[in-house]
Amino acid sequence: MSANLAAYATSTGEAFQFWVLGTVAVVGALSTILMRKAVHSALSLAGTMIVLAVFYLANGAYFLGIVQIVVYTGAIMMLFLFVVMLVGVTAADSLKETLKGQRWLAVACGLGFGILLAAGIGNASLTEFAGLGTANSAHGGNVEGLAALIFTKYVFAFEITGALLITAAVGAMVLTHRERTERARTQRELSEQRVREGKHVPPLPAPGVYARHNAVDIAGLLPDGTAADLTVMGTLRKRGQIRDVSTEAMADLKALEQRSEERLGRDRDEEEATR
Amino acid sequence: MDNLIALLIAAPLLGALVLLLGGRRLDKSGHWLGTLLAAVSFVIGLVLFADMLGKSADDRALHQTLYTWIPVEGFQADMAFRLDQLSMTFVLLITGVGTLIHVYSIGYMEHDERRRRFFGYLNLFVAAMLLLVLADNYLLLYFGWEGVGLASYLLIGFWQHKPTAATAAKKAFLVNRVGDMGLSIAIMLMFTTFGTFAFGPVFEASGQASEGKLTAIGLMLLLAACGKSAQVPLQSWLGDAMEGPTPVSALIHAATMVTAGVYLIVRSADIFDAAPDAQLVVTVVGAVTLLFGAIVGCAKDDIKKALAGSTMSQIGYMILAAGLGPIGYVFAIMHLVTHGFFKAGLFLGAGSVMHGMNDEVDMRKYGGLRKYMPVTFVTFGLGYLAIIGFPGLSGFFSKDKIIEAAFAKGGTEGWILGAVTLLGAAITAYYMTRVMLMTFFGEKRWQPAPDADQAPSAEPAAEHAAGAMPHPHESPKSMVIPMILLAVGSVAAGAVFEFAGFVEWLEPVTGFEHGHSPVSAAAVTAATVAVMVIGVGLAYLQYGRRPVPVVAPRGSLLTRAARRDLLQDDFNHAVFVTGGTHLTRSLVYVDHSLVDGVVNGTAAAVGGLSGRLRKLQNGYARTYAVSMFGGTAVLIAATLLMRAV
Amino acid sequence: MNPVNYLYLAALLFTIGAAGVLIRRNAIVVFMCVELMLNACNLAFVTFSRMHGNLDGQIIAFFTMVVAAAEVVVGLAIIVSVFRARHSASVDDASLMKL
Repeated sequence: MSANLAAYATSTGEAFQFWVLGTVAVVGALSTILMRKAVHSALSLAGTMIVLAVFYLANGAYFLGIVQIVVYTGAIMMLFLFVVMLVGVTAADSLKETLKGQRWLAVACGLGFGILLAAGIGNASLTEFAGLGTANSAHGGNVEGLAALIFTKYVFAFEITGALLITAAVGAMVLTHRERTERARTQRELSEQRVREGKHVPPLPAPGVYARHNAVDIAGLLPDGTAADLTVMGTLRKRGQIRDVSTEAMADLKALEQRSEERLGRDRDEEEATR
Repeated sequence: MDNLIALLIAAPLLGALVLLLGGRRLDKSGHWLGTLLAAVSFVIGLVLFADMLGKSADDRALHQTLYTWIPVEGFQADMAFRLDQLSMTFVLLITGVGTLIHVYSIGYMEHDERRRRFFGYLNLFVAAMLLLVLADNYLLLYFGWEGVGLASYLLIGFWQHKPTAATAAKKAFLVNRVGDMGLSIAIMLMFTTFGTFAFGPVFEASGQASEGKLTAIGLMLLLAACGKSAQVPLQSWLGDAMEGPTPVSALIHAATMVTAGVYLIVRSADIFDAAPDAQLVVTVVGAVTLLFGAIVGCAKDDIKKALAGSTMSQIGYMILAAGLGPIGYVFAIMHLVTHGFFKAGLFLGAGSVMHGMNDEVDMRKYGGLRKYMPVTFVTFGLGYLAIIGFPGLSGFFSKDKIIEAAFAKGGTEGWILGAVTLLGAAITAYYMTRVMLMTFFGEKRWQPAPDADQAPSAEPAAEHAAGAMPHPHESPKSMVIPMILLAVGSVAAGAVFEFAGFVEWLEPVTGFEHGHSPVSAAAVTAATVAVMVIGVGLAYLQYGRRPVPVVAPRGSLLTRAARRDLLQDDFNHAVFVTGGTHLTRSLVYVDHSLVDGVVNGTAAAVGGLSGRLRKLQNGYARTYAVSMFGGTAVLIAATLLMRAV
Repeated sequence: MNPVNYLYLAALLFTIGAAGVLIRRNAIVVFMCVELMLNACNLAFVTFSRMHGNLDGQIIAFFTMVVAAAEVVVGLAIIVSVFRARHSASVDDASLMKL
């Protein structure tokens, strides 16, 4: 099989695979840029990347194909998902363009760029595969071949990328790390502070009070039926992810009253009838 | 002996430094130190004079080079001094009269808190003036020239708490600047023409230079002389300079500094001799100023300003004489020296009168003072007789010679100049008699002091409290003795010069020719005496026979104009101030519309362009990404095109 | 099948990624589009490797992945701290050179 994949000509199977999976890849790419929710974009991109991994395998790059799945799809895309979750998974972006002329320029540039690139490729003189058979077998396989190159010809670049990775890891820690410069206050101290300030002397109310929900993003209702934002945790409040069900509750209450009135009215009618 | 020349200057300079830097601890003794050092300079001058008399006429000139002042390749200025007969005359005048006035100031400035500073400035002046007359090149002369200008500025504005004094000092400084510009241009012209500005080489080379250049240099030197010596058209500062303390007026603005212009012209005799056109202009300036000053002097009621007009007029005589060439140089200097004596004496007398009259300067409020101030009356009277040219007194000899020389100029010019000088003599007699009569004769017209605050601080406030009647008294000895000595000089100087051979004394330096007057010397003398008598008589008729009104009558058009200094300030204002303002405004307009228009237009164009370009620079990373992306596309297109070609 | 088809696909994906960078405002999505562009390049490199019969193209693609990983780590850290500071992940919000 591997010999076939690395052969000069491409098999019909590969051509079939290319057209099917290529379509999938393009659709995935398009949905990456067109989905309103970041999490959908991330998933579409992950799909595209898996397709690309298959193409790598098809092109005889076994090592890269696996790395693509493990590192890219497995690690990097998951990292993206983490960040998406952190930023707010439900937040949907507006796709309405705010910069004047930006979209037209982008489309024009993209079309021009794509056409030029295609023209360049169309002019390419090499229209056949040389195949990787000899290259892969020289050291006993694709991985060994890559290793031989990495540790001989590209050893300095390899070392430097190692340094780059370490720098990036340290950099990411530095960027996201926040040093706590003072001792975290205890619960007792917090409540004492509340009393001293005279605001919210009792602990903050739990969500869902006077409501028939107890999800964390649903504000409790005050006796007059309005939502009390204080009952929702600060993070959600800042993100604006409070689900307001007060109107629903009020409508329910109204329906209840109406039903009971109807019931009572009917009872009265029955009483009058019996009388 | 050569080495003593620098000491002449060093003594007063040391005094100025010590007094000005010494601080308050010298307040009690400073005036003695200043006077002593001026006297030391005078004694050194006398020693040098005695030495000079012992030599033959041709090698009397002394030279001393201290060091090279500005050593630049092709531009050498030495700190070099020349002491010849001309400088010697000035040295004795400056240090002699200067010392007397130092002594006088001890009494006059007795109650001034800043007396030490006053003496420091006086010493500074003496040093600068000596530097001016002793310099052996024009650049060093310029240094002294500016030095006396500075001292004059400081001393006119000595009572700078009075706005009038401060303004007068500024005015003197500014007007002098115009003249100084002339001197600096003259020095530059000399340097380009002769390649040097040392006296000796310049005078030697002045025969060969083209007349046009010499005329230009001469006119520039004349401009300088006009500024320093208050000649038309730069005369306007002298009247206001009387705001300074009276000893200053006597020393600087009568006897010495204002005659520096005459010195400059006589010193540059070789240049003027080779430029007859410049000489003619000199005589015209002298003649005009002569009449101008005299007319102004007739109308002024302020005793010092009347004397200032007289000074202007007398210097006009000197300038006129200096413009006559070799027939006049000697007499210009002779009149300068005699004038130094009698005018200093007159000013000191005026100061003495003011001292006794609560610093009142209006002659209409004097009258009958001869009984109260006998010594002042006698010394002032002798100075008066000297200036009007009373036969036998110093002014008689010197002025008579100038009138003679004016006639000797020859031709129509000679007649005109002679007539002008005679007319000037008559007017001189008239206004000096007027001053004399209004001050010392007639009935008392004293007025109570209007306001103690207006009086300068020279006097203690107690002596002239508001409303107090003046009680004139003779001045203290320190003031009287210099006046007596100067009166002696006023009487005797002319005769001494006439009979001791002043002409032969100066001849080696300035040259001398006997003029061939169309009128005989005796006739000129007779005419001079006659016009003097006429002038005195007219004044007597007007001021001696009739009482003098305390409030000045309106007077004729000429009188009113003369009271306003013949409209000199109005003229300057109309021509230079208004003209300058208009010029400046139009320049500002051009600057605003044209220059700023170009600049602002460029700025607006750049600004507009930038405003448009700024829209590209909107801060949105995506916009920049578009341009990067577009740029990449263009690069690809270029690459493909290159390959296709 | 013509092997150049892989290159056309790579070009198409790259262009789509670039357009996404230009169009989207969410920094995370923009970042994903950058990753898409990098992957398109990798596909081209791998194809070149096969076309020319040597492994250097794969090596380059390998390094690209490493660098992309480093870039993602730092980039996401930046996005997180920006989000902390201004509660927004929009690239348009950061249009001034100050907070």
